[in-house]
Amino acid sequence: MNRWLSRSYLTLVYLLLYVPILVLVVFSFNDARTGYEWGGLSLRWYHALFGNRAMVQAMWNSLWLALSAATVSTLIGVLTALALHRYRFRGKQLLNSMLFIVMMSPEIVLAISLLALFLLVGIQLGYFSLLLAHVTFCLPFVVITVMARLSGFDERLPEAARDLGASDFTMTRTVLIPAIMPALLAGWLLGFTLSLDDVVVSTFVGGPGYEILPLRIYSMVRVGLKPEVNALGTLLLVFSLFMLMLSQWILIRSKR
Amino acid sequence: MLQTLLSLDNVSKAFDGKPVLAALDLDICDGEFLTLLGPSGCGKTTLLRIMAGFEQPDTGSLTLAGEDLTRLPPERRPLNTVFQNYALFPHMSVYDNVAYGLKMEKRPREEIHKRVMEVLEMVQLQNFARRKPHQLSGGQQQRVAIARAVVKRPRLLLLDEPLSALDYKLRRTMQGELKRLQRELGITFVFVTHDQEEALSMSDRVVVLRDGEIQQLGTPREVYERPANLFTARFVGETNFFPGRITSVEAARLRVDVMGLERTLQLPRFEVSEGESVNVLLRPEDIRVLGPDDPQGLPGKVIERNYKGSTLDSVIELADGTQVLASEFFDEDDPAFDYNLGEPVRVSWVDGWEWLLPEESVAAAPGDVDEDG
Repeated sequence: MNRWLSRSYLTLVYLLLYVPILVLVVFSFNDARTGYEWGGLSLRWYHALFGNRAMVQAMWNSLWLALSAATVSTLIGVLTALALHRYRFRGKQLLNSMLFIVMMSPEIVLAISLLALFLLVGIQLGYFSLLLAHVTFCLPFVVITVMARLSGFDERLPEAARDLGASDFTMTRTVLIPAIMPALLAGWLLGFTLSLDDVVVSTFVGGPGYEILPLRIYSMVRVGLKPEVNALGTLLLVFSLFMLMLSQWILIRSKR
Repeated sequence: MLQTLLSLDNVSKAFDGKPVLAALDLDICDGEFLTLLGPSGCGKTTLLRIMAGFEQPDTGSLTLAGEDLTRLPPERRPLNTVFQNYALFPHMSVYDNVAYGLKMEKRPREEIHKRVMEVLEMVQLQNFARRKPHQLSGGQQQRVAIARAVVKRPRLLLLDEPLSALDYKLRRTMQGELKRLQRELGITFVFVTHDQEEALSMSDRVVVLRDGEIQQLGTPREVYERPANLFTARFVGETNFFPGRITSVEAARLRVDVMGLERTLQLPRFEVSEGESVNVLLRPEDIRVLGPDDPQGLPGKVIERNYKGSTLDSVIELADGTQVLASEFFDEDDPAFDYNLGEPVRVSWVDGWEWLLPEESVAAAPGDVDEDG
């Protein structure tokens, strides 16, 4: 009896989690005009999606933004993590806690303050302002991922490299960076996904000249749910599954 | 002895105001096997790290064959280190680990290949070149670490407790291996350990360190048989201390009252005068255990006996509670050679085998001995 209860409870939880996603995937192949009836299999919504030039443009914009934001924040984040790990300097503790503040503060606060800053400095809202904003909220995640890896790092390895004749720079390139590579990639992937599905900050600091996917979907849904969104959702689902598998594969490979 | 290779002059170091090394002078000879021996926290690892260049001394200088090393970064010093936990690069194969140092020197590929394979053969790992460090056993990793350091043909090899992570048997094998390598390569070895047995069996000379100061510098035999002070005597090997009082000083000998026993001893190296207290040191193997009716010796009873295969180690408690450690070889001709617990015996030694040390005000026991120095 007890077992039956716990089993069905578990089933219910999983149903709640996955049925909506399943419905979305199934209905992306629906030939009917509305989402309430089944009209047979078809790829028409995928055609419609790729025929929608504004939509495709938003998709590319989003991908490009996520790619550049993840890359820039990884570069800055790795250097920050190395500095925090290797050197003792004035204000180190402050810098460390500031990273956490960015991570913990409500997104809306970050969004408003960034908007105020951009307006004050006179940065035009568009790709550049979005990039700056996305780098800002991705950065702490990269730093913390890399720092976690560095904390388990054998301090003798850099010394061994120096001892064998490597300069500080060569040592960093040949020993330190390879050692933190998995964390670096994980941080990059984290940044990429965070950037790709961000709505709140992007709503504030985005401009009309550079439309990104989440905002585009949001505005589409407001007008009325089009089956195109289902197709888009399915594509995004496949993409994130692929990214998830990629990150797992990197992790497993690094542990060997 | 030989030419001086590395010379440390007035080297001192403090961490956060706490002195670790105090104005230390040390000359290391070319081609010797020198061991830095001491309990953990005695400064031996810091001293090694200063030689390698990972730490800067607060005062003093290092000179290697006439060249001042003091301000040189580690990558420009002609010496290499074998680290305690090997510090092999986990993402590189054995071959790449060993080749790393030569690549840094920008040697041609063929030369690198030849030298790497040579040195791998020397440590009997030529078939493991493609393996990653985590696919090797502890002893094999150890040998890779040594190969990686010696492939650069350093003037001096620094070894930081390289055997402490190995089990006893492998440790003994590696001790022999290291000695062989040192003979074949002719490289000067500076070896850090807290294991006095290892220090005695491997070294040409031993430096006994305590609280950043050199207690004694000498051959293993000197350090064991003629310890400079109570600390060295206690730290290197087992020692029995008997309190003695000088009753008279003669031209070449000395009359000492050892716990009521009148003995004639040789004059020690330090100044002595009548009525002074001295410490009479005897190693367990110098102790003779006699029958209870023997006129010589101090009376006591056996409270512990340990059969060790080639020797019989026993602990004898004297009348005043002092415990004496005795280690005797089996006498094939004496079938009765054994004791029962509680058996009354007398403890003595052969005149001339004792070693005298002046009374020290504070004779602190050596610090805890654990894995990290």
